[in-house]
Amino acid sequence: MPMNAARGSLLGIEHLEAAEILKILKFARRMNPDRPRPLLKGKRVLLLFYEASTRTRSSFEIAAKTLGAHTVLIQAAGSSIEKGESLLDTGYTVRAVGADVIVIRHPNAGAPQLMAQHVDVPVINAGDGMHAHPSQALLDAYTILRNKKSFQGLQVAIVGDILHSRVARSACHLLSKFGVKIILCGPPKLVPEIAATLAPGIRVTRHLEDALRGTDVVMLLRVQKERLSGLKIDLPEYIARYQMTPARLKMAKKDAVVMHPGPIIRGLELTSEIADGAQSRILEEVRNGVPTRMAILVRAMGRMR
Amino acid sequence: MAHGKTGSGSSLLIKGGHLIDPAARVDAPMDVLLQDGRVTEIAAPRKIRGAADEEFDARGLIVAPGFIDLHVHLREPGQGHKETIATGTAAAAAGGFTSVCTMPNTTPVVDSSEWVKWLRQPERGAVVSVFPIAAATRSSKGATLTDFRSLQRAGAIAVTDDGKPILEDTIMREALVLGAELNLPVVQHAEDTRMTEHCSMHAGARSFRLGLRGMTAAAEASVVERDVQLAIQIPNARLHVAHVSTADALKGVRRGKRAKARVTCEAAPHHFTLTDEDMQDFDSNYKMNPPLRSASDLEAILVALADGTVDAIATDHAPHALHEKRMEFERAAFGITGLETALALAITKLHREKRIPMARVVELFTAGPARCFDLRGRGSLARGSVADVTIFDPKKKWTFEASKSLSKSKNTPFDGWQLQGRVLATIVGGTIVYQ
Repeated sequence: MPMNAARGSLLGIEHLEAAEILKILKFARRMNPDRPRPLLKGKRVLLLFYEASTRTRSSFEIAAKTLGAHTVLIQAAGSSIEKGESLLDTGYTVRAVGADVIVIRHPNAGAPQLMAQHVDVPVINAGDGMHAHPSQALLDAYTILRNKKSFQGLQVAIVGDILHSRVARSACHLLSKFGVKIILCGPPKLVPEIAATLAPGIRVTRHLEDALRGTDVVMLLRVQKERLSGLKIDLPEYIARYQMTPARLKMAKKDAVVMHPGPIIRGLELTSEIADGAQSRILEEVRNGVPTRMAILVRAMGRMR
Repeated sequence: MAHGKTGSGSSLLIKGGHLIDPAARVDAPMDVLLQDGRVTEIAAPRKIRGAADEEFDARGLIVAPGFIDLHVHLREPGQGHKETIATGTAAAAAGGFTSVCTMPNTTPVVDSSEWVKWLRQPERGAVVSVFPIAAATRSSKGATLTDFRSLQRAGAIAVTDDGKPILEDTIMREALVLGAELNLPVVQHAEDTRMTEHCSMHAGARSFRLGLRGMTAAAEASVVERDVQLAIQIPNARLHVAHVSTADALKGVRRGKRAKARVTCEAAPHHFTLTDEDMQDFDSNYKMNPPLRSASDLEAILVALADGTVDAIATDHAPHALHEKRMEFERAAFGITGLETALALAITKLHREKRIPMARVVELFTAGPARCFDLRGRGSLARGSVADVTIFDPKKKWTFEASKSLSKSKNTPFDGWQLQGRVLATIVGGTIVYQ
């Protein structure tokens, strides 16, 4: 985290201590989206979304409101960002308008970091380019712990477009801190060998059976067409080799769970049977996003005890 | 502080110093007499016979030919908010540079003899000698060669499309052929831009971790390979590889030199000091093109600096205004300043840490660059040379503060660095321009 980032900022998982992560998750257990608590009463949460979002945005909004905070949403379209206002000027502006915390999603890696360095307000990274998505990693960790009780001896397979995925990067950093075995699976263009250097305990495989054997958690990723930037991916070939189906899921442990950060593309990285099946925890992840983000917001305001 | 002037009639004696002049193979205590803008006498201490109006006490210091920087962006015409010829050359003088070769990627691009002449006019306020490098193609669009002959006559000492590569085989071939005819070096910014679209740093474990698209070493090396091949085929062609940053590109350079082609290259201080792992997360003061590379690339550059494969240290001084750097890393402008930190980084890293002899370090700033672009009368202090002298203290420890830089821009990763080696005086044509 940059030297002068405001306390309570959450910019990424990479530099977060395991103990701090557990603290956040423990606090999240105490948060109930159906029980408003005025921990952030009167505070102003500025949601600055330079990129499309359904889940992240709405769950941050609901989390903030449940805590008694006011929320303001600024999207790139329809704001002065269209007039060419710079990132930092936007930050100074929302600070001047009275923001107590900024939740930012941006297409460029490092944007939340830059904001945190220069704008004197806690900054929460809601996803920056291909770099990080700390709140997603935390809600995924929360979900895993709810289903598997502990990280001990766990094996997690992440299948799909790792190259472009901030979700995968943050998940790898988090899980690695707890000694989880991580297997990344997909074609070379989307899962380059260098991905194994991301954090300790990661290996790369091209073969789905290899990834699934002995796996407790299967995390599926979307092929991110909007970030492909010229890479040609043969979709039918991808589906043939990597699409999750009930038959393939059987190769994992019997009680394996399936996760996906969303949005899911039925018929691409997974079939409807998987998405809607008994082992899917996809909607549970979305539900867990609210208490997790409540904890993150309370922490940002220095009120997480 | 009195500045010694040696306009016609006056003279300056530099005494008590240790002269290192690799071109003249001198590395010994010597006194130097400057008169009428020229070096008139070099002799053992206290043995100078000529008289001098002024004296400079160089005891404990190294006296060297004025440094030459082959790669500087002075940003005029048209980008004066980043730097001007006046401010850029002031920074150069503070760094010990008495000659700078200025890059043509300005607004407009320097692709005509009118602009070359404009750059050299005294009205520009240059404090050191400015040698323009003109564009190789019209507007540096890579499609049609400029008029090399007329550019050379106007004062251009090389041609380049720096900032961009000359990618088309036929255009590069034409440029090298014409350059050969005129004995004019073609400087190549070696980057296959078809492979580096949207990239903002080196392709490696770090770029993967940061979620940034990276430029591979191959994107540089493939262009160098192609260029060296052409330089070998075309008699008398002169190829100069700008800011070489990868081990693989250096292999190409070595191949060219072994084949006796006239291939030269330069390396920037940041490439022999920092790697991609040294970058502070998303700090655009570490963003430049070519980017900071891997540890093994850095090692290869060190070896090449020592063994002569690299001919010159050139800063690629690239000033940018604050608002052009302080933005999202992927969108921030490429480039860092470098004139005032070059010598200290060379002494600290090359000499002190890697034990490269001081004479070799000095060569990389003097004889080496002079040879690359035929800057006659410069790069040496042999009798008759232009009175360009750099006097420095190789032991002086100091802290570089970006805020005190004489450049208009402060985009540097070296702010606050504790360095060893400092310029104490810079003399251009016999006049002390920095002290």
